[in-house]
Amino acid sequence: MSNLPTTPSKFTYIGKHRRAVEHRRFVVGKGNYAGDVLKPGTLHIAIVASPYASAKILAIDTSAALALPGVVSVVTGAEINAAVLPVLPGVDAPEVRRFPLADEVTRYSGEWVCVVVAKSRAIAEDAAELIQITYEELPFVLDPEIAISDTSHHVHEKAGTNLIFNRQFVWGPVDDDFAKSDHQLSYRVKWARSSTVPIETFALTCDWSDATGILDIWASVQMPKYPEQIASALKLSTNAVRVHYDVDVGGSYGVKRGLKHAILLGYLAKKFGKPIRFIEDRLENMRGGDMQGPDRLFEVSLGFQKDGEITCMKMRALEDIGAYAGRSPLQLGKPIGAISGPYRIKSVAYLAQAVLTNKTPQEAVRGFGQAPTNYALESGIDKVARFLGMDSIAIRKRNLINKDEFPYLIPSGTHYDSGDYATVLDKALREANLEELISQRDAMRADGKLAGIGVSTCLEPSGGNSSFEPLFNPKNETTTWMESCVVKIDLGGQVTALMATSTSGQAHETMVSTVVGEILLQEPDSIRVLHADSLNALPSNSPVGSRMAIMLGGAAAGAAKKLRAKLITIAASQLQVLDQDLIFTGSQVHVANHPEKNISWSELVAIAHRKFHLLPKDMEPGLQEKFVWEVPTGGQLPDDQGRVQMYPCHSFESHVVLVSIDPDTGKASIHRYVCGHDCGVMISPDVVHGMTYGGIAHGIGAALMEKFSYSPEGQFLSGTFMDYLLPSSSEVPAITIVDHCTPSPLTEFGQKGSGEAGYLGSPAAIANAINDALATINASIDYLPMTPNAIWNAIQEKH
Amino acid sequence: MKNISIELTVNAQAISSTVEPRTSLVDYLRDELRLTGTHVGCEHGICGACTVLLNGDPVRSCCMFAVQAHEQIVTTVEGLAPERGKLSKIQDAFCEKHGLQCGFCTPGMLITCQALINKNPHPSEDEIRHAISGNLCRCTGYQQIVDAVVHATQEI
Repeated sequence: MSNLPTTPSKFTYIGKHRRAVEHRRFVVGKGNYAGDVLKPGTLHIAIVASPYASAKILAIDTSAALALPGVVSVVTGAEINAAVLPVLPGVDAPEVRRFPLADEVTRYSGEWVCVVVAKSRAIAEDAAELIQITYEELPFVLDPEIAISDTSHHVHEKAGTNLIFNRQFVWGPVDDDFAKSDHQLSYRVKWARSSTVPIETFALTCDWSDATGILDIWASVQMPKYPEQIASALKLSTNAVRVHYDVDVGGSYGVKRGLKHAILLGYLAKKFGKPIRFIEDRLENMRGGDMQGPDRLFEVSLGFQKDGEITCMKMRALEDIGAYAGRSPLQLGKPIGAISGPYRIKSVAYLAQAVLTNKTPQEAVRGFGQAPTNYALESGIDKVARFLGMDSIAIRKRNLINKDEFPYLIPSGTHYDSGDYATVLDKALREANLEELISQRDAMRADGKLAGIGVSTCLEPSGGNSSFEPLFNPKNETTTWMESCVVKIDLGGQVTALMATSTSGQAHETMVSTVVGEILLQEPDSIRVLHADSLNALPSNSPVGSRMAIMLGGAAAGAAKKLRAKLITIAASQLQVLDQDLIFTGSQVHVANHPEKNISWSELVAIAHRKFHLLPKDMEPGLQEKFVWEVPTGGQLPDDQGRVQMYPCHSFESHVVLVSIDPDTGKASIHRYVCGHDCGVMISPDVVHGMTYGGIAHGIGAALMEKFSYSPEGQFLSGTFMDYLLPSSSEVPAITIVDHCTPSPLTEFGQKGSGEAGYLGSPAAIANAINDALATINASIDYLPMTPNAIWNAIQEKH
Repeated sequence: MKNISIELTVNAQAISSTVEPRTSLVDYLRDELRLTGTHVGCEHGICGACTVLLNGDPVRSCCMFAVQAHEQIVTTVEGLAPERGKLSKIQDAFCEKHGLQCGFCTPGMLITCQALINKNPHPSEDEIRHAISGNLCRCTGYQQIVDAVVHATQEI
C-alpha cells in the first residue's frame, strides 16, 4: 500500500495515477513476446550440454541423431567456432575467449557442446538424447579462494591465471585514518550466487535473408550494444543486423542478454536460410543460459570513534564470476560510485578481484553489483553498533550525509546530486511505528520465539553511465552512454514518439507518453509510443542502471521541447510578435495577456505540414525532432587514482523490517515491512511503487531463499524451481512504501532513477533483522541466503 | 505413436484437432491454436504462468497432455473478456491497480484470480495471498496484484 502525493503539483501529467499503456495488451493475452514469434518454415533447436565441471571433448557421434526423421543437422563447436569471432570480456583479458558452443574444452557443467536443428522442438530434443559425446574429464576449481592460489588449476589455460581482474584502489589517507580511529572491526560476509530469474526464459528467433542481406532478430533482450556485438561475432556489417525492439520482454532485471544465443542462431539462420527459433527450457536457462548473478566474498574493516563516527573503510571484494566473462567483472566497478554508502566515510581502500571458476557464468543483475556491496556495508554498521552498544538507528543517523551537504563528493570521485537521508529514514520509522515494533518484537521473544528488527539505508545510483568500463579496462575509452528519442506531430496533429530499445516491464511507453504529454500539453493517452528496430533507431544503451526515467525521459522531453519551440516560432511569425511574448497552452499559442490573439494547434500543424508559404524563411517543413542526450555529468575518463563520477543521480531508500524465527525449524517470517523511498520526482508513481515492491520481493529471495548450488564435483544442483526457490505470495508480506521527494538538480523534471529500488537495501535489512534475533542467543550468520537450514544450524551451535 | 483426434471447447468455441499424444496442453494451445496468451515459465508445474481453467478449475497446462482435454472445457486468458474490446472486471482491476509489469505471469495470475472470485466473490487479503501462492511473479512482489483483486471484489 502506498499513497500518492496530495500536495498540489506543478506538473499537468507527471506524478499522477495513470494506467500503463502496455498493460492493456498484456491482460488480454495479446503481448508480443519472443516466444510468440513463429515465422513460416521455422526450424527449432535443442542444446546438448556438458555434464562435467570441466572436460575435453574427444569425439561427438551424431549418426543416430541425424538418422531421426525430421532432424536437419547437428552443429558442433568445431564448426561454428571456426566461423565466428569470440566474445571478449569487459576487462582486458584477451585469452578468456567465449564461443557459443564449447571450444574443445568444456569449463562448466551445463556448457553448450552441440546443437540439434530439427523441424520441431520435440524432435530436436529426441535427437539430442541420441548424441554420444566422449569426454576426458579435466581438473576443475570451484572455490574462488582456491582459484586465486598459485597452485590452482586455470579455468582458461592460456590466460595463465584465474584472477581476471585485480586492482587495489586507495582513496584518501586510509592508513592514517585507521591509525587515528578509536576502534576498528573486521569481518567477512558472503553474498550467494543468485540471480533475477525472470519467469520468461531467454527466447529468440533469427532469420537471414539472402535478398536483403539482413539478419532479423526477435529476442527477449535487454542489452546495450546488442546488434553491434552480434554483427562483430558473425563478421557481418553492423547495418546487417536488425533487432526488433517491439518484442515485449517477460522480465529481465538485468540478465536478458542472450549474446551467445544470438550468435549461435544467427549463424544457423544464415547457414540454413530459414528462420531458427530457440526458447530455453528452464534447465537450459538455469545451467547454461549464463544468467547467474554476483557471488561475492567480502572482507571489510571499519575504523570508528567512540561516539560512533565511522571514518574509514577497507573492503576486499572477491567475485566468483564463473567460467567465462562478459560484463560480469564490471559488477565490481559500479559500486565504486557509492562505495561509502550514504555515510560520511572519509577514506576508503577497495580491492576488487574477479576470479574464474568452473561454474556457470554470470550476467548483469539488478543493481549491477550494488546490492551485495550494500549488504556488506550495512552488515558492518550493525556490527559497529553492537560493538559500541549503540542503537543501530542512532549510529546510522550519526553518519548519514546531511541534506545541506550536497553535492557531496565521496572518496572514490562521485558527487551525490541531492538527498535528505535522515528524513527518509525517519519517515519509514514513523510509518513502521518503531515503539510498537519493539513491543511486538519483545512480546514474541517473551513467547519463546526469536525475533528481531532490521534497518538498512542505501543509495540507488541511477542514470546508467558506463564509467566503470574505462575504469576497469584502460583500452576502453567509452565516456558516453547516451539515450535518444524521436517525436513527431503528424498531419492530423497526433503525436508519436519513437524509442530505441526494448522494454521488460518498466512501462516505457507510459513514461515517454507522460513526458511528451507534459511538454506538449497533450493528453498522454493520445500519444503513441513505438519501439524502433535497431536499424531505424537512434543510439540507445538500453534500460540498464536505473536510467530510463532520467535518460529516455530526458531525451523524450528534449525532442518534445524542440517541437514546442518550433510551434511557437511559427505562431510568432503568424502573429507578428517575438517568441518570448507567446504562451503555449497545448490547444493553442497566444500572446501573453491577450488570449484573443491566438493560433490553434491544428492551424500550426497545417502550416508546418501543408502551407510552406506561411512558414518562417529557412524553416524545415513538417514537425519531427530528435534528441540524443548524453548522461549528465558524463564525458569524463577516470583519473590515475581510479576516481571517477560514476552515475549522475542518487536515489535513496530506507528499510525497516520485523522478523521472527521459528526456533524449531529455523524458518524466518516477516511481520512488518516498511520502505522509505526517494527517487526525486516520480513520472509514473504507480510504476515506481510496483518496481520497488518487486525489488523488495527479489531481495527477500536473495536474503532467505535463492542460491545456485554446485556439488563438490561441480554438478549444478539448482536447475528447477524446486531447488532454486523463488518467493511466493506466502513469503512476501504486505509492504508499505513511504515516498519522499528530493528533486535532482541534474534532470529535466527533477527525476532520479528507480527500478533497482527495494532490491538494493532489502537483503541487508532482513539479514540485520535475523542477526538482531540471533543476537539474543549470541549467534549470528554472515552469509546469504539465510535459509531455515542455515538459521537452524546457527541456533544448534549455541545449544 | 499415432496421432489422436480430440474434440474440446476452448474459450466457448468447439474445436477438433489431431495431436501427437505427447503434446502438452500448453504447447497445443500456443503452437496449434496460436493462443499465445498462455505462457510457459518452468514446464514443471511450479511457476503457474501456464494456468488455464479446465471445466472451471485452474490447472497447469504444462503438466497435462492435450489429449487429456478431450471433451473438456478450456478457458485461457483470451477467453476472460466478456466481449471483444471489453475487459473483465479482474482484467480491468489489474490495469487500474498496476497488478502487472512485464505481463509474463499475468495470464496465469488472472486465471487463478478469476477461479478464486468464481468460488469466493469477496475474498480477504489472506485468502487472495493463499490463492495466488502457486503463481510466481518476479516483478510486482504481489502487492499490487492483491490490491487489484481487492479492487475487483470490493467495488459495489
